[in-house]
Amino acid sequence: MKHHTVTKGFTHQNQKHDSAVKQVTGRAEYTDDIAEPAGTLHAYLGVSDVAHAKLNGIDLSKVRDADGVVAVLTADDIPGANDISPTGRNDEPVFPTEKIEFHGQPLFAVIAETRDAARRAAELAEVDCDVLPHAIDPVSARDAGMPLITEPLKLERGDIDKGFATAQNRIKGQVTVGGQDHMYLEGHIAFAVPGEDEDVVVHCSTQHPSEAQHMVAHVLGVPSNAVVVNVRRMGGGFGGKESQMNLFCAVAAIGAKKLGRPVKIRPDRDQDMTATGKRHDFVIDYDIGFDNDGRIEAVSGEFAARCGYSSDLSGPVTDRALFHADNAYFYPHVRLTSRPQKTNTVSNTAFRGFGGPQGVIAAERMIEEIAFALDKDPLDVRKANFYGDGTDGRNLTPYHQSVDDNIIGRVVEELEESSDYRARREGIRAFNAKGGILRRGIALTPVKFGISFTATHYNQAGALIHVYNDGSIHLNHGGTEMGQGLNTKVAQVVAEAFQVDFNRIKITKTTTEKVPNTSATAASSGSDLNGMAALNAAEQIKARLVSFAAESRGVSEDAVSFGPTGISIGTDVVPFDKLVKEAYMARVHLSATGFYKTPDIHWDRAAGKGRPFYYYAYGAACSEVTIDTLTGEYRVERADILHDVGRSLNPALDKGQVEGAFIQGMGWLTTEELWWDDEGRLRTHAPSTYKIPLASDRPREFNVKLADWSENREMTIKRSKAVGEPPFMLGISVFEALSMAVASVADYRICPRLEAPATPERVLLAVERLKAGA
Amino acid sequence: MTHQTAIRFLLNGEEKTLTDVKATQTLLDYLRIEQRLTGTKEGCAEGDCGACTVLVGRLYNGALRYETVNACIRFLASLNGCHIVTIEHLSGPNGRLHPVQEAMVEHHGSQCGFCTPGFVMSLYALWMEKPQPTETEVETALQGNLCRCTGYEPIIKAALAVNEYGTPAHDYLNAERENLLAQLGALQPEGRIETGPADDRAILPHTTEDLAQVLADNPKATIVAGSTDVGLWVTKFMRPISPVVFVNHLEDLKAIETTEDALSIGAGVTYSECEAAISAAFPHLEEYWNRIAGWQVRNMGTIGGNIANGSPIGDTPPVLISLGAEVTLQSTKGRRTLPLEAFFIDYGKQDRAPEEFVASIRIPLPSEGQIDAAYKVSKRRDEDISAVAAGFSVVVENGKITSVNLAFGGMAATPKRAAKAEAALVGNRWCSEAFEHAADAIAEDFTPLSDWRASADYRARVAGNLLRRFYLEHDNSQGSDADMPVRLAV
Ligand SMILES: Cc1cc2nc3c(=O)[nH]c(=O)nc-3n(C[C@H](O)[C@H](O)[C@H](O)COP(=O)(O)OP(=O)(O)OC[C@H]3O[C@@H](n4cnc5c(N)ncnc54)[C@H](O)[C@@H]3O)c2cc1C
Ligand code: FES
Ligand code: FES
Repeated sequence: MKHHTVTKGFTHQNQKHDSAVKQVTGRAEYTDDIAEPAGTLHAYLGVSDVAHAKLNGIDLSKVRDADGVVAVLTADDIPGANDISPTGRNDEPVFPTEKIEFHGQPLFAVIAETRDAARRAAELAEVDCDVLPHAIDPVSARDAGMPLITEPLKLERGDIDKGFATAQNRIKGQVTVGGQDHMYLEGHIAFAVPGEDEDVVVHCSTQHPSEAQHMVAHVLGVPSNAVVVNVRRMGGGFGGKESQMNLFCAVAAIGAKKLGRPVKIRPDRDQDMTATGKRHDFVIDYDIGFDNDGRIEAVSGEFAARCGYSSDLSGPVTDRALFHADNAYFYPHVRLTSRPQKTNTVSNTAFRGFGGPQGVIAAERMIEEIAFALDKDPLDVRKANFYGDGTDGRNLTPYHQSVDDNIIGRVVEELEESSDYRARREGIRAFNAKGGILRRGIALTPVKFGISFTATHYNQAGALIHVYNDGSIHLNHGGTEMGQGLNTKVAQVVAEAFQVDFNRIKITKTTTEKVPNTSATAASSGSDLNGMAALNAAEQIKARLVSFAAESRGVSEDAVSFGPTGISIGTDVVPFDKLVKEAYMARVHLSATGFYKTPDIHWDRAAGKGRPFYYYAYGAACSEVTIDTLTGEYRVERADILHDVGRSLNPALDKGQVEGAFIQGMGWLTTEELWWDDEGRLRTHAPSTYKIPLASDRPREFNVKLADWSENREMTIKRSKAVGEPPFMLGISVFEALSMAVASVADYRICPRLEAPATPERVLLAVERLKAGA
Repeated sequence: MTHQTAIRFLLNGEEKTLTDVKATQTLLDYLRIEQRLTGTKEGCAEGDCGACTVLVGRLYNGALRYETVNACIRFLASLNGCHIVTIEHLSGPNGRLHPVQEAMVEHHGSQCGFCTPGFVMSLYALWMEKPQPTETEVETALQGNLCRCTGYEPIIKAALAVNEYGTPAHDYLNAERENLLAQLGALQPEGRIETGPADDRAILPHTTEDLAQVLADNPKATIVAGSTDVGLWVTKFMRPISPVVFVNHLEDLKAIETTEDALSIGAGVTYSECEAAISAAFPHLEEYWNRIAGWQVRNMGTIGGNIANGSPIGDTPPVLISLGAEVTLQSTKGRRTLPLEAFFIDYGKQDRAPEEFVASIRIPLPSEGQIDAAYKVSKRRDEDISAVAAGFSVVVENGKITSVNLAFGGMAATPKRAAKAEAALVGNRWCSEAFEHAADAIAEDFTPLSDWRASADYRARVAGNLLRRFYLEHDNSQGSDADMPVRLAV
């Protein structure tokens, strides 16, 4: 192999994404790029065009007769269970048999010689059904008496009634927060290749290969060991490919096994967006008691969510909304309840933050209410309510976990300083006081985000490392690569462990064949879990090499150490390749599986108590906007961010996560609007109608910094912190800044109660409402 | 008559001759499925994400012009005599990264990487045109490229740095320009091209006269210019459109002429091709122009298509109507010219006979004392369809408004003038009261629709407020206050 002189690519370095060169040259392979074996067929879904109905039957004769059609799959073709519900609730069929529950629900699949033929044929079905009334949002669904889709959660601490009774002020309000489509650039796709016996291999773009494997086994009625799921990389996931790929994997696998030919399924963008779930929209009712200094005394909140027709991950998502309804603030008396509402819409699912952002936005709305009521700078209200340092009895969360690693005070103070928040706010108020058409706003908002899956058993991971006898290293772990740079970070950990060049390590596709029973790459946990598991594997091999080296040179194990030039054995330095070769000749085992489980976490849902999070990640953002009060158009003038990732494994990649998350969070609260018509049909279902931020929507000035002084108190991988989700909520600063700009038209006397997303339309209507003195 | 039946083009420098090309075969499917050039991605198949961006080189005014296009909505049959360049062709024969690619790697410009080839192609085109672009120029070049991962920051930094990694002079497409020009010259057709199966037929007329003949013979044919509307009929709605008459290659539909009193633009002229002429003649349209679609779509889409499409939310009709533009239609029977305003009869109905095509648009140059403005309001600033678009043209003489033309898109079933609001202004003094009355009159002029882009209420308020903005922007009575702009800066 190549000779390496400079050692690079250890942790805490700006190692480039391991696929960067392949990506910029178009050679990075995504599922749709895999060469298709001869005979490959293409599947496409046929979907409903009503939101709610009793299903009497489907006439598929025209579909079958269409050009190029090879087969049609219905519920009758499912050899195993007609169920892909990820939480085992048996409420999500592959294809429904009795009821249609949302507009665009998959009812059958066509398999044809080409994708085009399948797509055209799928339009030809005649569905016989009796249309029933539908309700698509959480309020009308509740009013229509529709059930909750899963058990609600209640978090309670203190004595809420007493809190309200003694509070000097009390405000009740409501905030509506829209959902969000993932809009990963690569849509859903699965490609199943049948094998002998019961075997099938599925290449797909999922964040959760093990679940896809189990679901395919479940629908085929075969054991999990017959199914292999492979994911080389995804063209984005953001939570949208955590459970939603199950459907496509199931359909491809059923087709492949039935026909004995490879089957690929790739919905078009419209179908991807209508047939798969999104971020939950919420309607949140809040009630706050606070004193004249703006200190919160009591909070009660009800969080109703549009969950869609099945439970999917709505239970844990709505739970996480409650877990984050405190954001960084201490609530002396608190009661929070969730309403995971069934609706006649697609089943909503995971999306970066997993309900957390909706909780945080409620907290920030309450802060705003207090600030407007008391005519204070919202930042002062925020600071007055931050969790304490553990000495003042102000660090207990509504779920009875104490916040022991609180650094929000320092993060916010540094950002306040570096962004020149106070002076700019004064300048903005002076500008607004001139009463012009354009108004400006500024807001500095914090975020505290709990890290760990709240389903405790998910907090485990495995890895597999082979050292080949030429000294090259093969690394595999249970996490999936969707752009976040997980593979790069884990390889950095392994490179450092062996003290070898990063390029010596080959990271291959994630496959259920190599690491079993993995958890979803989600909850920002990818590097925490898989980095540790890989390190564990590396340490095992190292230990074997150390004892071999010691024994072979007759020195003690203490005299053996790994360094960048090789392994020091007594006074000798032996290159890594050479020692490996010797070890191999001496029959030393050079492969190891690693394992990790997060310590010290537990959660009792029924009691609403526990320590669901291993640690918290913190951050803050300060955004400034200008709005046009004639049209509601706006632009973000500047954003400053200070974010905590502990001791960063890779500052360049972490910064990329922070920047990307901020823009995505901003998009959620500004231009990304999901709009259903009266028929219950989603009408914003492609980038032509659903508007995610463009390059020109970026803040005109964007200063992003990592809190380089931060170090995780817990023994996480190299003392780093998770980064995927927490910075998403930094986008809330843009929303709050818009709110201030709107409020200026009524001299900041009225809390604008902006609804999200704050499209130009909502901004203008809020301006006019405030001008009219609502 | 026998015609050429093959489509001939260069693909990454290699000549291809294809017979029997279906009219609706997209360039993207051809690249990915038939050529297995899988570096070009499909993200939406509707021209909105840019993942499928490739370069197309073509002869234009005797030179070779390379532009970004969306392969997903570009029909293969429309590429006769062109050079298609994909991401696979960027790194040189020695496998070295192209300067654009190097800059992207060095600046961590890719995360999931799915959008990346498209960004690289857009930045490649930008660098060839403007090796040292400003940040605004980069943003404009990237209006048609979505990235969901990076937040764009590293991509912009890469774009600003490309020239540090290499200059365009050494680029393959420049080094080989003469050769390529000659090769493409040899691929230009001698006459009409007809190809494709009977139910998916493509016709490429040789001249506009030939086009008139083809339409006379095939009155049910679908005319396709830039295919930025028609492409979606195929990729999204699977609508049959055969036979298809392609017109984007017709040089004689591409004339741009400025006379003493008017600017004339051929129907086949793309937004990009006339950008300079439009901005020169109508400075108020410069900013507006770049808010129509994204760069790739502006490189393909035509004004003729925008007009002929008849959409109530097309962006050029309101501003052209307000300027008093006329449209000329042509067929074997001859030519006729009518005010553009009269062309739009009702929703989905235009004053065009099936065998007629739009030949050109004539826009009178502004007269003395004429104040023009163009406004577009959409949910997202760039690459979005208007909620409301407006073109205003007002002539003020000695403080008095003598002539008014207020045209709106998104407010009615067709692009339409606001007659009552115009009446409220004309003959009045230039003053805020007159404009307040006009803004109020908008409610009588229009009953707009509610949809996913905007509610009726919002559209109505904005339409009125745009008149207020117009007044404020052009009012000199209080002296202009640079500290108090009335509109967001670009
Ligand atoms: C991503 C995207 C963004 C867009 N954004 C905008 C936008 O911001 N504003 C906007 O206004 N539009 C927008 N559009 C729509 C489209 O780009 C424009 O309408 C464009 O001008 C159409 O021109 P074309 O040459 O591509 O037309 P085509 O798609 O080729 O044709 C459109 C229609 O015109 C007919 N036609 C074309 N040329 C002639 C002719 N010479 N004579 C008679 N009939 C003819 C065709 O038969 C068809 O009915 C967008 C489209 C896309 C894909
Ligand atoms: S695939 Fe999205 S623009 Fe072509
Ligand atoms: S890098 Fe993932 S969409 Fe751009």
